[in-house]
Amino acid sequence: MAATLPPPRLLPSGDSAVTVEFSRTIDDAANERVLALDKALAAAPIEGITESVPTYRSLLVHYDPGKIGFDALGEKLLAIASQPLPPATKARRWRIPVAYGGEHGIDLEEVAKALNTTPDDIVARHVAGDYRVAMIGFTPGWSYLSGLDKSLHMSRRQSPRLFTPAGTISIGGVQAGIQCLAAPSGWHLLGRTPVRTYQLHRNPTFLTEPGDRVTFFAIDHKTFEELDRAAEAGEIIAEQVVA
Amino acid sequence: MSRLVVASIGPASSVQDGGRHGAQRYGLTVSGAMDRLSLAAANTLVGNEPFAAVVEIGPFGATFTAKDGAVRVAIAGAPRNADIAGRPVAMDTSATLKDGETLTLGFARSGAFTYLAIEGAIRGELVFGSLAVNARAGLGSPYPRPLQAGDEFSVDAASGAPELRIELPKPVSGPIRVVLGPQDDEFDDANKALFLGSEWKISATSDRMGYRLEGPAIKHLHGHNIVSDGTVNGSIQVPGNGSPIALMMDRGTSGGYPKIATVITADVGRLAQTSAGTAFRFQQVTMAEAQDEARKFAQLIRNLPDRLRSADAVALNIEALSDANVAGYAVSAVDAGTWQVAAEP
Repeated sequence: MAATLPPPRLLPSGDSAVTVEFSRTIDDAANERVLALDKALAAAPIEGITESVPTYRSLLVHYDPGKIGFDALGEKLLAIASQPLPPATKARRWRIPVAYGGEHGIDLEEVAKALNTTPDDIVARHVAGDYRVAMIGFTPGWSYLSGLDKSLHMSRRQSPRLFTPAGTISIGGVQAGIQCLAAPSGWHLLGRTPVRTYQLHRNPTFLTEPGDRVTFFAIDHKTFEELDRAAEAGEIIAEQVVA
Repeated sequence: MSRLVVASIGPASSVQDGGRHGAQRYGLTVSGAMDRLSLAAANTLVGNEPFAAVVEIGPFGATFTAKDGAVRVAIAGAPRNADIAGRPVAMDTSATLKDGETLTLGFARSGAFTYLAIEGAIRGELVFGSLAVNARAGLGSPYPRPLQAGDEFSVDAASGAPELRIELPKPVSGPIRVVLGPQDDEFDDANKALFLGSEWKISATSDRMGYRLEGPAIKHLHGHNIVSDGTVNGSIQVPGNGSPIALMMDRGTSGGYPKIATVITADVGRLAQTSAGTAFRFQQVTMAEAQDEARKFAQLIRNLPDRLRSADAVALNIEALSDANVAGYAVSAVDAGTWQVAAEP
């Protein structure tokens, strides 16, 4: 039997939630443990837990203190979290079309200049990446991806933009992102996808789940317009690949 | 069916309920009423489920007119003068607008949010079980935005049930209680003591997303950037400028500033109802105390129907009211419904 893993830290987040922290930094191994704990709680629910929210390095567990207290819940969470990770299961994989550069990716040229290369090379490196949805947050469907090519790591913009469009595909620091709704952002905008990771009247409302794998492929701006119309009509235009 | 028409309304007023739960993992903000006890009290008065959809009215005044029939309503929360066609309406009571009559609500005398519940509740299209307005995400029903004059609700015709008042426990006064964490270890003892020992005021730039706190600057041990993690209602995060922000119902589901402490569930509504500019303090409590208070708070809301009284019984309190006035407390007879003589159960 495999050895048990070092226990995470239990950080109280008020009287009705606890943060199960596996790391203080962005760390793929920690994120895997976050998602494994999240999955284990979904498979075998603990009475009193109302909702769990995975992030890069921690799982926020909301619970009803009328049903279970901090100490009892903490003990159960630690027991599950110190179990060896189950063998990796087949993750869902999404192929996401992106129109790079131009009006859809206004920072592409600047990023290329800053990294001493060409826009085509930046696109090639971004498309070559094999990403995982580490967490979803900030605004509905905003998918934070790990797996960005090290050569594309660069600090965020000095001054964040107050508006960036829906569907923005961007990079910031060590992260890549798929943004669903228009929102402020300090990341570098490489392109736009017509894919809606969140669409209210569609089934499913949310496309991506923490743990899903993601790859990108380039489309021209005319294809973007066509796919955008289809997506607006509720079609799921992201291609799902069974790994 | 009757209609209740918004004749006039100030900013920061919207349809709210118990909130949108279960999709924080997808980045979906919870929203919901800033003061859950007052939400539940208003709903209980008109026989609704405690967390049914109501009108959350910001600090300014508002008027509502009944059309095509009578409408039965109740008000709870931040106290303000109210009348229907000149007949005074006390806080924490129900009242009925006859067809064509107008309910007039004044400015909040203290606090911020007053809850107007409508018998039969506001109807609309549920998204993740909620009608609550989340203007940033374009969610909420029947109007996915703050309310405006001319908006209207299709509502049940008034049942004609006798009017009620609800005897709420005396409001807790004193500091807003917190438990430390989740990132209190990002602050040294001196700065934790500064947070817990100082007087704070809520900035006028606060909103449903967060209450900005004015007071001394709180310094971090290792800088203000942490890797984003999850937030809760009442998370107190400290950004780079050292001015804490208490995250409220329209908070983002994750955030990247260290959170020094978390307001206990029982006190989030009290913080929400603290007026901008009013000085207050925080007080640290243990997890056991906080969870005990959370359970009592949930029980209080569950048992609100036991606190309903006939509205006529307000008259019986006149003697007690005059005693209180003699004792030096100014008690408004109009607000008799908010003034308590009954012992807490």
